[in-house]
Amino acid sequence: MARELWKGNEAIAEAAIRAGLEAYFGYPITPQTELLEYMSARMPALGRVFLQAESEVASINMVYGAASGGARAMSSSSSPGISLMQEGLSYIAGSEIPAVLVDIMRGGPGLGNIQPSQADYFQMTRSAGHGDFHPIVLAPSTVQEAVDIMYDAFPLAEKYRTIVIVAADGSLGQMMEPAEMPPMRSVLTEAERGAWAVRGAAGRPKNVITSLFLNEQELETLNLRLQEKLKTIQMNEQRWEEVETEDARYLLVAYGTVGRTCKTTLREARKQGHKVGLFRPISLWPFPTPRLRELADQVRAVLVVEMSAGQMLDDVRLAVEGRCPVEFYGRMGGVMPLPDEILEALAEVEAKVKAEVEAKVKAKVDTKVLSLNLNL
Amino acid sequence: MARGTIVIDVDRCKGCELCTTVCPQGILQMSQGGFNARGYRPVELVDPEGKCTGCTLCALICPDVVLTVYRYDPRRAQVVD
Amino acid sequence: MADRNEITQEMVLEQGNVVYQRPEALAETLTHYCPGCTHGIIHRLIAEAIDELGIREKTILVAPVGCAVLIYNYFDVDAVEAAHGRAPAMATGLKRTQPDKVVLTYQGDGDLAAIGTAEILHAANRGENISVFFVNNAVYGMTSGQMAPTTLPGQVTTSTPTGRDVKVHGYPMRMAEIIAGLPGACYVARRAVYDVRTVRQARKAVMTALKTQLAGLGLSMVEFLSSCPTNWHMTPVDALTWIKDNMAPYFPLGDYKVADEVQALQ
Repeated sequence: MARELWKGNEAIAEAAIRAGLEAYFGYPITPQTELLEYMSARMPALGRVFLQAESEVASINMVYGAASGGARAMSSSSSPGISLMQEGLSYIAGSEIPAVLVDIMRGGPGLGNIQPSQADYFQMTRSAGHGDFHPIVLAPSTVQEAVDIMYDAFPLAEKYRTIVIVAADGSLGQMMEPAEMPPMRSVLTEAERGAWAVRGAAGRPKNVITSLFLNEQELETLNLRLQEKLKTIQMNEQRWEEVETEDARYLLVAYGTVGRTCKTTLREARKQGHKVGLFRPISLWPFPTPRLRELADQVRAVLVVEMSAGQMLDDVRLAVEGRCPVEFYGRMGGVMPLPDEILEALAEVEAKVKAEVEAKVKAKVDTKVLSLNLNL
Repeated sequence: MARGTIVIDVDRCKGCELCTTVCPQGILQMSQGGFNARGYRPVELVDPEGKCTGCTLCALICPDVVLTVYRYDPRRAQVVD
Repeated sequence: MADRNEITQEMVLEQGNVVYQRPEALAETLTHYCPGCTHGIIHRLIAEAIDELGIREKTILVAPVGCAVLIYNYFDVDAVEAAHGRAPAMATGLKRTQPDKVVLTYQGDGDLAAIGTAEILHAANRGENISVFFVNNAVYGMTSGQMAPTTLPGQVTTSTPTGRDVKVHGYPMRMAEIIAGLPGACYVARRAVYDVRTVRQARKAVMTALKTQLAGLGLSMVEFLSSCPTNWHMTPVDALTWIKDNMAPYFPLGDYKVADEVQALQ
């Protein structure tokens, strides 16, 4: 397949179609709407289901319905719409139905604006709805990566019977970049569908898809099963990218498009002789904690960069566990941090670390002198 | 006139009495004796004179499918004999 | 010929035939509904129609949140549990990806006429080829008797302790008339189940609704006036009378939309 110029939203849509998407349900919201528009043309042309619903609440429940029947179904939205979908996501998680959702994040809270943002990290990784559950959350930083992640999202969701959220921000949705599309696969055959799917109890006992377990032991048993599944996902599905971390003394941690900006920053810093590396989580859930923890032992400090007030920052701190200082630089409201701002922040971190080291050395020297005096 | 009867799944009955209000023959009443397994006073068929015609009205109004209705039509039976 | 009086009950049982029994589509599980609650009758009518049309193995039931939340235990068909009010959206997702299946929703008045109004209106407006069975018993039953969108003026509920005041709580919502006004809805009827006559009429409406779907004509909906003895604080028998005397006048029974193609089916 040739590399073509693709707009992020449309590339994500085409990748989903090539993954055998059977049904798309969505609602217009900037900066995601081109994804829906693209679906509105392509899906019917392929004899597949496209429906613009009356709301995001309806959209996610249409996905829930189609997916309960074993169909590959998805929706896409942006921050405020994702908030409306949270009840549906919780039901889907509670009944272990595979489903895929795309979140093209925008400025918040409230109506916010249509600029890019990463301020929904907590919403996706901590609380995508009520109850103990975690969708798999994958954050692409390029259009090609978004295509690859999208293509892989459906088998991943079905492998664990869970929700996969592809989390990008408005800039990735809107930008155009060369990308190569994966091969078109056909829609699932009957044999490929889950045995649990509701497709009419023909020649078998009925299937019931529900998240209702009035008996508390039963609900706890379900929750224990969900937690077990999450541990397995944490073991198998961590994804990240490392750039020049082998000799890094300072580590940038950033995801999505900010991860790309940090690559530019890193090149600049290296030119100025600073040993800086980048750790870019691709799976926001499961967060790549073990590897980041190892790197924390090696570096003097970590600088987390996000388009938010600092949310992945918490996961980084949990991973680093005090092995080295964790500093933060963020922009909000849809402002995208630029390389030179990050370089400045990096410089401040280095200065701060050096100051602390000197203070410690000085303190050690003072105590040594003090003890010498005493001996005299 | 056909001759009918009903079989009452006693333990399903919740004692709601709806069937007793629709039986044209007035041969259904709530049991004066004991309670069923669920602690409800179930319906009883009291039909010493065999008035039941198997008209199924009781089963139509029953919310819990407690009653199975049988009908035996002697004229049709004669044809069969 | 054996004289009618000589035929004993045993003879009837042995030589007679069963003229009425539990429909196959209805599971044996005894329902959790209160004594005399007419949800049970409506369940049975739907199961009878599924049996008569021979569609049990291709039916998918979308359960609501409310008293009927456990309905999937009472039917022997594939089923999914929708979030409160979202059954028409879930049914849309199912029907559009499995157009050969019979998809029906069973919803209460809180589910359909309150939180789920957008979903039912737009499903009807899109003419989704699904059948909606809407049980109107004028209160929120499962949560023990609060005001519903269909609570009557002056009716006392646990959230209208001094009676529903239309100036404060608005008027009871007539969903059959509202849905009938949408072009996508091609069969909309309101029935009741307060006596044998209305039960028979209700069963016909259920059949027509399912035949409408099987013919691929668009959305069919039957609204049932149903009882709630526990939360109305009445005996089951009085509750049926209350439907006739109080609900039916405000919610007139009848056919509110019968598209020509549906007319041809009847």
